[in-house]
Amino acid sequence: MSVRLRMQGISKRFGATVALREVSFEAPAGTVVALVGENGAGKSTLMKVLSGAVRPDAGTMELDGQPYRPRHPLDGRRAGVAMIYQELALAPHLSVLDNIWLGNEPRYRERRRHAAAALAELGHAELSLDARVGELSVAEQQMVELARAVATDCRVLVLDEPTSTLTRPDVERLFGLIRRLKAGGRAVVYISHFLEEVTEIADRVVVLRDGEVVGERPTAEWTIPALVAAMVGREVRELYPRSARTPGEVVWEVDGLAVRRGEVVGIAGLIGAGRTELLRRMFAQRNWRARVGMVSEDRGREGLAVRWTAADNVTLPRLPWWVWPRQQAARAGRWLAELSVKCRSPWQRVSELSGGNQQKLAVARLLDAEVEVWLLDEPTRGIDVASKAEIYRRLDDAARAGKAVVMVSSYLPELLGVCDRVAVMCRGRLGAARPVGERNEHEIMLEATGVGGAP
Amino acid sequence: MRWVGRLGPVIGLVVVYGLFALIAPESFTTVRNLETIARQTAIVGMAALGMTLIIVMGGIDLSVGSTVALSTVVVAGWLQAGGSPWGAMVAGVAAGGLVGAVNGVVITRLRVVPFIVTLGSLLVVRGVAKGLAREQKIDAPASWLEELLAVLPDEQRWMVVPPGVWLMLALAVLVAVGLRFTRFGKHTIAIGSNEATARLCGVAVERVKTLVYTVGGAFAGLAGVLQFSRLTVGDPTVALGLELDVIAAVVIGGGSLAGGEGSVWGSLVGALIMTVIRSGCSQMGLPNWVQEIVTGGIIVAAVALDRLRHRRALAT
Repeated sequence: MSVRLRMQGISKRFGATVALREVSFEAPAGTVVALVGENGAGKSTLMKVLSGAVRPDAGTMELDGQPYRPRHPLDGRRAGVAMIYQELALAPHLSVLDNIWLGNEPRYRERRRHAAAALAELGHAELSLDARVGELSVAEQQMVELARAVATDCRVLVLDEPTSTLTRPDVERLFGLIRRLKAGGRAVVYISHFLEEVTEIADRVVVLRDGEVVGERPTAEWTIPALVAAMVGREVRELYPRSARTPGEVVWEVDGLAVRRGEVVGIAGLIGAGRTELLRRMFAQRNWRARVGMVSEDRGREGLAVRWTAADNVTLPRLPWWVWPRQQAARAGRWLAELSVKCRSPWQRVSELSGGNQQKLAVARLLDAEVEVWLLDEPTRGIDVASKAEIYRRLDDAARAGKAVVMVSSYLPELLGVCDRVAVMCRGRLGAARPVGERNEHEIMLEATGVGGAP
Repeated sequence: MRWVGRLGPVIGLVVVYGLFALIAPESFTTVRNLETIARQTAIVGMAALGMTLIIVMGGIDLSVGSTVALSTVVVAGWLQAGGSPWGAMVAGVAAGGLVGAVNGVVITRLRVVPFIVTLGSLLVVRGVAKGLAREQKIDAPASWLEELLAVLPDEQRWMVVPPGVWLMLALAVLVAVGLRFTRFGKHTIAIGSNEATARLCGVAVERVKTLVYTVGGAFAGLAGVLQFSRLTVGDPTVALGLELDVIAAVVIGGGSLAGGEGSVWGSLVGALIMTVIRSGCSQMGLPNWVQEIVTGGIIVAAVALDRLRHRRALAT
């Protein structure tokens, strides 16, 4: 089969960090190639290079044997490279038809005909072209994006975490669509953290780590543990510190989940299963005044006031009525040093810090407020391994000091590595929290998808 | 870089002042003229103290001009009814505070954006003021309130500027200190910086918001007392569009309508810049429309410069 997309020797540096080091990547026509790797491994940079949003320092790209040098995302789209991101790029107030042709508008008749043909190719001719996109379900909206890619004759389709906001039946449907697109001779690049899904849909899997390709094989030759090992590399053992901890008394019971002192209890489940809502409900019952603190899943939008200073962000929950800046800086500075946050001063703006250092501030806030119960929602999402390790160490310290920690995470190895007990949430229902020794990834995934698990 | 940013508005003021001083050295640099500038800045400056808090919190208050008019009516009415000057002053401030409190409650309870709520109260309060005054000016018996912003008589020249200006400066110190050193101030900045974060960190967002709008309204009420002192009558049609001058002062002084940024001193300097332009233009005999064009240009230029500085600060 012909090679649709060939990327060769792609390198990219951002300042001192090497984002991509001589990455080569191929996608033949009519195949699904999965790209997996931890956050920060370089997946998104590689795809930005492909779309034209980022220009590589070195390397070449070809589309169907022709040199491809996009200088702008528009070049990429014109050349037939379509990107579909986790956050859909649709105008909710416009119709399906208008969204399909947004920024690319042929004559009216052709528009309707082509758009209808695109939906028909996806097997969803029943979707009205005149429906307002904002009134469609997430799965239907995703279909509109796919129809846009089909209608504009895309040759390479990139799907970045397309399933994270979908329910399992919708995921099945999406996979059906992907298979149709693939049958139409397109090359599909599929990016996902959900390894089970990857092995289900992809023909080949490419693993990136620290900006390099560390494994590339047909899917049949991979196993999930092998993928995890390739993604995480050698640090897998020392990443999760766990000292001897003795669980203490139950301090809180919510939805049958007993929160104990001296213990880290994890909540697994798919996105949208209701895990965040559970934490919110807990935090609404008891907050900082009751010595309960929370780390939000959305660092930029909620977790931190990024335009404000590090010191203000750390000390905000527990300010005295009169605030001496020097005392404030001393209080924050202590935690910044203990968590080895890289910053020039406590008065530095949070937006100037790296994602990992920002997340450490969110944790420092809990330490500074001396909370007894820690509620953590995806506390290590999108941060580097060193910062992750630092945060894991803090969790371990906190549990050993008799605090109660509740952690929601979509990353199973992390839950299995850090927690004492893990409960699984599926469609709003929380299962029993069982000791981590009795758990494994496969069984948690089954319970999370509602297929198996404890009754 | 940081101090250049903080001094930006001051540099602007020095440049504008220097320009007029060069053009008209004999009239523009006199103590008398400085006193006039200070007197003319006091009303906008007083209202800008409250507006600074509101804008730092990420809000906006368009009802300031109407509140000032309402306050002059209340003050004059109080005096006319035989009330004491102190009572009149308190009533004017209270009327403003009430307007602010209503704004705050509607914004937080009904969850309508402040722009719309205060656009509504701009009309409502103006209407109330006109209704109270029966669409006429209200004459008031003479009292010391009229001296708050009057030209100083010769035996009181030691005060340099009239008591109303001193009052504004004293309150400016209070607000600046409150914003920087108190929990209330920090919570105000936190809400403007990121409301969701403030909520996550246990800030009583609704309460702080209502309080800030109330304080902002009270400052507008006090600005109305100063306005009364200038007019010596209660006038429900006065201060039309004053809110735009007040907002411009805060924004020229480094306040960001996105919230989280702004300083009391910046706002006062912003108010001064606008007065200096006005006073300079009129002393040079330039017509009103030239002043308006210049002031408008300065507002946009000041904010554009500020953005530029920000982008550079982020790039490094």
